[in-house]
Amino acid sequence: MFGEGILKGLAETAKNFFGSYVSADRLTTVEYPEKRLEPIEAARVFPFLVYDGGDWQAGLRCVACQICEKECPPKCIYIEKSKDKKPDAVGKMQFYPTRFDIDVSVCMSCQICVEVCPFDAIKMDKLFELATDDRFGGLILDRGMLAKSNQYFHGIHPTEAAEVDARLTAERAKSAAKAGAPAAKDAGRPQPPPPGEK
Amino acid sequence: MKTIEEIKAAIEAAVPGAGVEVVVNPSPCAQHSLRLDPDSALAVARFLRDDPELALDFLSNVTGVDWPDREISEKVKVARTVAKTVDGVEQQVEETVDEIRKRVEPGCLEAVYHLYSVVRKHGPVVIRMRTGNRTDRVELPSLTPVWRSGEFQEREIFDLFGIVFNGHPDLRRILMWDNFKDHPMRRDYVEPDDYEYEPTAHDAVLAKAQAHRAAAQAGAKGQEGAGAAQ
Amino acid sequence: MTASFKSPAEPKLNNLDLAPSSEPGISGDLLEVAMGPHHPSTHGVFRMDIVLDGERVIRLKPVFGYLHRNHEKIAENITYIASMPYTDRLDYICSLTNNWAYALAVEKLVGLEVPERAEYLRIILGELTRFQNHASTIGFLIQEMGASGTPLMYAFREREKILDLFESLTGSRMMCNYMRFGGCRVDPSAEWLDQVRKVVAGLPAFTDEIDRLLTSNEILMARTQGIGILPPDLAVNAGITGPMLRASGVNYDIRKIDSYGIYNRFTFRVPLGERGDVYDRYMIRLLEMRESIRILEQALKNVPGGPIVDPKSKIRGFRPKPGEAYGRIEAPKGELGFYLISDGGPNPYRYRVRPPSLVNLTILEDMCLGAAVADVVIIFGSVDIVLGEVDR
Repeated sequence: MFGEGILKGLAETAKNFFGSYVSADRLTTVEYPEKRLEPIEAARVFPFLVYDGGDWQAGLRCVACQICEKECPPKCIYIEKSKDKKPDAVGKMQFYPTRFDIDVSVCMSCQICVEVCPFDAIKMDKLFELATDDRFGGLILDRGMLAKSNQYFHGIHPTEAAEVDARLTAERAKSAAKAGAPAAKDAGRPQPPPPGEK
Repeated sequence: MKTIEEIKAAIEAAVPGAGVEVVVNPSPCAQHSLRLDPDSALAVARFLRDDPELALDFLSNVTGVDWPDREISEKVKVARTVAKTVDGVEQQVEETVDEIRKRVEPGCLEAVYHLYSVVRKHGPVVIRMRTGNRTDRVELPSLTPVWRSGEFQEREIFDLFGIVFNGHPDLRRILMWDNFKDHPMRRDYVEPDDYEYEPTAHDAVLAKAQAHRAAAQAGAKGQEGAGAAQ
Repeated sequence: MTASFKSPAEPKLNNLDLAPSSEPGISGDLLEVAMGPHHPSTHGVFRMDIVLDGERVIRLKPVFGYLHRNHEKIAENITYIASMPYTDRLDYICSLTNNWAYALAVEKLVGLEVPERAEYLRIILGELTRFQNHASTIGFLIQEMGASGTPLMYAFREREKILDLFESLTGSRMMCNYMRFGGCRVDPSAEWLDQVRKVVAGLPAFTDEIDRLLTSNEILMARTQGIGILPPDLAVNAGITGPMLRASGVNYDIRKIDSYGIYNRFTFRVPLGERGDVYDRYMIRLLEMRESIRILEQALKNVPGGPIVDPKSKIRGFRPKPGEAYGRIEAPKGELGFYLISDGGPNPYRYRVRPPSLVNLTILEDMCLGAAVADVVIIFGSVDIVLGEVDR
């Protein structure tokens, strides 16, 4: 019969129309500013720099190796390396970035910088409400704005942060043991336990 | 499927005088290719498509490659006669000397075609053609009359690399606008410095843009006297 | 730059040495219409220069390049891995299949082995991508016939569930950037796989719903049957791939031909069309969605454990040996290929994307000749393109 297909289709739309009153599954939109979706752990927006301890300038993990700057696909990272060195979390002398800028108007949230970083110093943030009325200056984040504590990292990516911490603790213990070993041989007496993290 | 040598033999048997050369690909996928002589390429392409055993009826990918002029310096042993004083007597002595010779290997533009067979379900067979140089002998025969899927892709090569395909039905720029000069995919392409003002973390870009703007403003002032107010 | 630039032939559009009006009783001039670049039916910035005789199309020239950003040049100036997020932006509806094609090409170039678990994940994500692409394509196609919204919103409701899966695994809804050379980036949890199973279990209901809603709809049939016919021999010669080619009745599915990944372990059929018109293309997409569900169900049954990336693959200091490789996959829109030449350096010497969307437009004029303007819109919609991939 001509028109049967249309009627069948209309029955389908009717089912959906009335179904939307009973089935929450059919309503996928969320009225955003008032209601919010649960944050997703894997979400990535823009990168930030992790620091250990309480002072970001002392505890920044970044050693200004500039790998992320080279690998960044849209080239939105700008780093200036320090002339002097200062001790890092385990007391090893390291360079540090005197300038670390990320132009988030260029950044494409790809996470390549996180993957190439050998020091777990740069991670992905979840903040997305970054609207600003200063189109030029407001979207370039400097190292002060980028620095976030390890606790913050634990707050947004708990699984990843736990993994990173376990790995770093192991690495630091290993390097501390290595640094302590020759001294122990010479001195012939037990070494003090390696300095704990933080 | 036939091996690349068998295909070469088949082409040479079918198209007499076709200059075919096997180009070995050292990567693990071993997709070797055949370099065709542009003069006989159209006949070879027809043979590849129509031969019942090869039946390469599907041209998948066409692309260009730019090989700029390369300066090669190599060490050569040269024999030459030098005047030397041996035991207080001046003599002409034969002697081999290392000499660094520089030669310029002329560049060219290359078109690469990846062929498959829908009927026989095999492939890829890669064929490539080279132009005479990168400046005035940049013509190659178009294979679009044989495989129509080359139509837009050859236009793209013409646009971005500057290979002129003879026999293409509608050869004009495809991605860049019609009065654009130069070919952006060539390796010696110099990008314009007239960026819109975008301060990025990279000061080099900004410096370049500012220099361009200053030059443009100076030029405008010189011409009009008043100059562009900005 | 010293290259001689040979002035190309004038676009033929401007010399209207065409046949006079073919409509009986109508005499008049030919009309030149620029359809686009800002036309709601063109899915982006795309222009068709159309010459009309009354309501009939007698010439159609597509104009590209509005979204051109020279992706290939960018890729030749950055490292191999840095191009991966750029491939997301080619066909931004199907970022995961783009990742896969690029990863496959690099794996061919270097000779990397993909671990079992990663192969399964790739199949699952690839088929989910195909499903959501076909669903939204059908939605858009019907929207262009005037059914504004309803089927499209149903399709988007389903797509939303799939995008949520992508987001919870890869961190991004559309720009997934998930595949890596020789594997994948993050290992999904068992809960994620359970979520996928749950979503996949709901997908057949959606295809049935679309089927009931549209397939036997008389208006849809009247608008699409016999419109935009593409003969199979022309389709093959013009390099058409994907659902377009199969709607014309040519049995060519790269998943079967190359059986890249581990597709040869799954049973699925390749649906084929009979006439090659717009209706067939719609049907093929619907049937392919059903086949995707079949593959997903098989793949989800036994996802093996183990590593997800080849230990030989490295992310820093990746320098393939000199050589070249062409890798291709059956992307939802057709054959997506990547051609790479390495000169041993950290950046590819030549990086080429073979875009299915661009090549599939080759025969747009042939399909539209003689059709009415309103049909051009749906013929174009049935090709299924994304301008990010056409212009690159």
